[in-house]
Amino acid sequence: MSQPSDASPAPTQAPVAAGGRPGNPMSGARALLFASARWEVLLVAILAVLIWAGMRISPFFIQPDFWNSANFGASISGTMEVAIMALAMTPIIITGDIDLSVESMVGLSGAVLGVLWAAGIPLQVGIPIVLVVGMVGGLFNGLLVTRWGLPALVVTLGTLALYRGLANAVLGTSYVTNFPSAFTAFGFGYVPGTQVPWTLLAFLLLAVVFAVVLHLTWIGRQVFAIGKNKDAARYSGVRVAGLRTALFAVSGIVAAFAGIVLALRYNSVRSDNGTGLVLTVVMIAVLGGVDINGGKGTIPGVVLAVFTLAALQSALRLGGVSSEYQNVAIGLLLIVSVIAPHLARQFRVLVDRVRSGRHRPVRDPVPGEVVR
Amino acid sequence: MAGNVAVASNERSRAGALIGGLARSRELTLAGVIVVLSAIVAVRAPNFLSTDNLGPVTTFAAIIAIAAVGEALVILTKNIDLSVESTIGVVAFTVGLILKEQALPVPVAWACGVGLGLALGMCNGVIVAVLRVPSIVATLGTLSIFRGLCFVVANGHEINLNDLPDGYTNAASQDFFGVPLFVFLAIAIVGVAAIVLRYTVVGRLFYAVGSNAEAAATIGVRSRLTVFLAFALSGMLAGVAGVLWGINYGAIYANSASGQSLAVIAGVVVGGVSIAGGSGTVVGAALGALFLGLINNALILLGAPQEWLQLIYGAVILFAVSTDALIQLRTQRARARSRIR
Amino acid sequence: MSENRPTNVIEGAVSVAAPPPAALADVSKRFAATQALSDVSLDLLPGEIHALVGENGAGKSTVVKLFAGIYQPDTGSVVLDGHPVLLHGPAHARSLGIAAVHQEPRLFPDLTVAENVFMGHAPAGRFGSIHWREMRRSADLIFESLSVRMDSAAVVRGLSMADQQLIEIAKALSLDARVLILDEPTASLSTHEVERLFDIVRQTRDRGVAVLFVSHRLEEVFQLCERATVLRDGRHVITAPTSELTAGDLVRHMVGRSVSLFPRTAAKIGDVLLDVRALTRVGAFRDISFSVRAGEIVGLAGLVGAGRTEVARVLFGLDRADTGEVLLDGKPVRFKTPSSALRAGVAYVPEDRHLDGLVEGFSIAQNVTLPIIPRLFPRLFVRPSRERSLAAGYAERLRIRSTGMDELIEALSGGNQQKVVIAKWLATNPRVLILDEPTRGVDIGAKVEVHRIISELAASGLGIVLISSDLPEVLAMSDRIMVLHEGRMSAEIPRAEASEERVMFAATGQVAEGASSGG
Repeated sequence: MSQPSDASPAPTQAPVAAGGRPGNPMSGARALLFASARWEVLLVAILAVLIWAGMRISPFFIQPDFWNSANFGASISGTMEVAIMALAMTPIIITGDIDLSVESMVGLSGAVLGVLWAAGIPLQVGIPIVLVVGMVGGLFNGLLVTRWGLPALVVTLGTLALYRGLANAVLGTSYVTNFPSAFTAFGFGYVPGTQVPWTLLAFLLLAVVFAVVLHLTWIGRQVFAIGKNKDAARYSGVRVAGLRTALFAVSGIVAAFAGIVLALRYNSVRSDNGTGLVLTVVMIAVLGGVDINGGKGTIPGVVLAVFTLAALQSALRLGGVSSEYQNVAIGLLLIVSVIAPHLARQFRVLVDRVRSGRHRPVRDPVPGEVVR
Repeated sequence: MAGNVAVASNERSRAGALIGGLARSRELTLAGVIVVLSAIVAVRAPNFLSTDNLGPVTTFAAIIAIAAVGEALVILTKNIDLSVESTIGVVAFTVGLILKEQALPVPVAWACGVGLGLALGMCNGVIVAVLRVPSIVATLGTLSIFRGLCFVVANGHEINLNDLPDGYTNAASQDFFGVPLFVFLAIAIVGVAAIVLRYTVVGRLFYAVGSNAEAAATIGVRSRLTVFLAFALSGMLAGVAGVLWGINYGAIYANSASGQSLAVIAGVVVGGVSIAGGSGTVVGAALGALFLGLINNALILLGAPQEWLQLIYGAVILFAVSTDALIQLRTQRARARSRIR
Repeated sequence: MSENRPTNVIEGAVSVAAPPPAALADVSKRFAATQALSDVSLDLLPGEIHALVGENGAGKSTVVKLFAGIYQPDTGSVVLDGHPVLLHGPAHARSLGIAAVHQEPRLFPDLTVAENVFMGHAPAGRFGSIHWREMRRSADLIFESLSVRMDSAAVVRGLSMADQQLIEIAKALSLDARVLILDEPTASLSTHEVERLFDIVRQTRDRGVAVLFVSHRLEEVFQLCERATVLRDGRHVITAPTSELTAGDLVRHMVGRSVSLFPRTAAKIGDVLLDVRALTRVGAFRDISFSVRAGEIVGLAGLVGAGRTEVARVLFGLDRADTGEVLLDGKPVRFKTPSSALRAGVAYVPEDRHLDGLVEGFSIAQNVTLPIIPRLFPRLFVRPSRERSLAAGYAERLRIRSTGMDELIEALSGGNQQKVVIAKWLATNPRVLILDEPTRGVDIGAKVEVHRIISELAASGLGIVLISSDLPEVLAMSDRIMVLHEGRMSAEIPRAEASEERVMFAATGQVAEGASSGG
């Protein structure tokens, strides 16, 4: 694997001042493992703790029919839409942008699908149309961000409202149900012969695709380059505008897909489908080690974060905690996930200083500053 | 030859003054648009300008505007506060609960509400300024945590009108010479904030920190303290908004004010406060909140189909922020061309 | 600022009654693995401009930051008026009368000039209220005293680098500083702006302020300063009046060896590779025409702001020209993006390697291969071993010193980083290579190597455009020199006829030597 992407989610700090040791001693698969080891190991540890806690609460927490267990399976299925969107959100955050409009695209895609279905158009035709709608929406975001240089936060805040409005305009206050069972089986059914939900399979497949492209191809390399230094990337011949726009388009398509999954899982669409999801999507990415400031992140981290979230939700549910309080726990976890590595670093700096025998109000060189 | 160069720099700084002028006139532009818009709508729907209509509309806009002042402070420092809706909700509910239990006199309950807002804002401040969590992540987390707090306080119940003292909600419909009480309050708060931001050393620090945090640190400006202060004040003003929310609606639920963060931020951005920090005014933010509230109302009165409201609302926000950036782009290009060669 | 020197003091005698306003006494400073300074002593006398010179890594910047209160010494101390002082931070240093103007202006782009000048010490009233009019008037007064016209009410965003430097100096003056530290202030200034700056610095000196002037440009040291101190590898080498030193002496002290600069090897000149005809971009440059042959080095000289980088940007596809044409191998080309320029064989090494050239967080190998990865791995998948060996090849050829191709780029020295940037562009197999200030911020040792590399590249058949503000460099390296003045070509000078005066005349828009200057 080719990215030395440091999976630590805390603010960037160049390794120069800290002893002048090269921060990246190797490249390739070992490097990815080594670098992500720090954060992902922690995540795995959290996951393990949660599973252990869950088991303590109830022996039914995880059963041999792992994916089908009433709790974990339900949790996992419920998070697949946000999980899928988190995969597409990750490269966008890595390039320094963000896409807040995904939850509204979920609503819009569901609305369009519902309207088409209600008009008698078979889903085999409707679904591709909806995916195109998603792509168009994403391209619109991309255009505003790259052509006019508007901040992604502001643009997608606007399209968050705009696409929701479109969903309202398309569907109004009505709702559509009774999708064909072949499709709804995809939404809440399992791969025949296994206990794996279809949606989980879809997520894992997508995760593999994203991971391969982001970490093993030069497209991914360019994504990281844009995130670390947009101007240098452009000067180096990277098609910055094109790539950023493409990422938004992908996010749009993926959000539309998530909207379809949601519609099929609930077997109903309303114009407010997906409301409130975007925060969870961003949260999964950050929890997964993606640096909100751009330039760093891994897909394996995001996948782990999805499972951690699902485990947390099911452990809490088993413990009788209502979904509202679950959100509190998620919020706390989010903040802790950013603070912990930062505190760890501060602690290390403090230890270094004490060990060197001095305790002065010394200011370390600013990251990137040449030390003379 | 030195004279020529000085002349060159003067021309460039005149371009700079032009930029400054344009920025200042954002508020005027917005005010003008509001007036023109109101006139147009009034022609088609004469009851738009009636006190029966404008009263509740501007009252609600005033609540959002007050929260927008706090949000503007945060955005000026190059941060963002997504948790404002949860603060409003939890404060509204807590005040309602205090009054329901008749534990404290009304003014004291209000003070508690504002105090709670301040405390929540300080939590945000600690997480962002002390623990150095990026504000978008931090307030994403506190958005959930504070809302959870609201649910804890609510414990499955809600606040009804009967729980509150008689005539509690009358204050919301109180007006002087046709102008609602809440609007006066909002104007007062905006006025104080504007004066502090423009005429005090402390106020200018918000701009400095947002414009160039590194330079501020070199000057010896306590950037982190300033950011902390911004969040604390934002929380406090959200607390005020929460108290007013409770007075306005009477009935409060555990998820009250859900979704208002977008309305507040949209108002601030439409009002000309740059998301990149360092520029914009609270007057603009308040006008932005008012503008969006009026648009919403105008659409309803003009008979726009229910379904189209959200759509137009979103389009307006997008349009407002786009024109902002496009103007900046154009002036930058003009300036580049005016350079003497 | 009190003049407490006895008025009958003999010129040059060191019998000052009062201790120097600022000095370093046996200061050492270490950053993890690097000893930045070892037992350095230096004093700044009132009414004197003291130069500080040395290669990159010599410790100049550390000295500046020690005085400015940004760092604290490990041993030894900063001595103010004879008393050792521990400076807690920049604000503390400022309050004690030390004003530092750093290389990069640190201004607030969204605030006005006046506010920037007085930030941190604005004329305030009760309750911390700001008196805007008074502030603007005070700022106006300061600019007047500098004989500069500046609109104090203008917003800083968009002002030129030179103006921003001026504002920084006004900031220092507004503090009534007794000690003024200038860290490479002329790096981005044109000759006129440098002259203006020097006038101001002399004025400041005449007011009794002690000035420390750090610079890479030796000619400026002799023009402006009374004394010079040379640092090498963190140690003090020599302090002497500039009247007793020559440039050669300085270089020798800085480098510790005699260096012959600019080893230019002769190359066979081939066909015309790049032909620029009447190229115009409104607001940037007009009617630019020149050609570059294989094996040739064409120097583009001119004052900062003359339009050279703008021409390069158009040639590389970063900007678009309005009229005129560019021919590559006789065929007209019009590059819309850098990637199309690269594909055609035109590469551009930008001025600022940090902003535009290198990606921090990437290793050497990753930086070197960035422009060519789509070409290098047509089947999408990146093979790190291939990257590493490719980069290693260039590293050897360019003598890049590192611990390995996987070392992060930010761990390298400035000179080595610049070589990585050059390696990156070489890897694109260009036919035409445009270099923009390739040795800026690079120490003498690395500078020689970069020049050697450029020579060799020309010898191997590349056509090279060398944009440089370093006159000796341009003169020594170029086969032909094009001089730009305010966006227009003012002269084309072949190597044999080139001299510093001739280039300067053309760069400043004067007609020809001997003719009366028309301006």
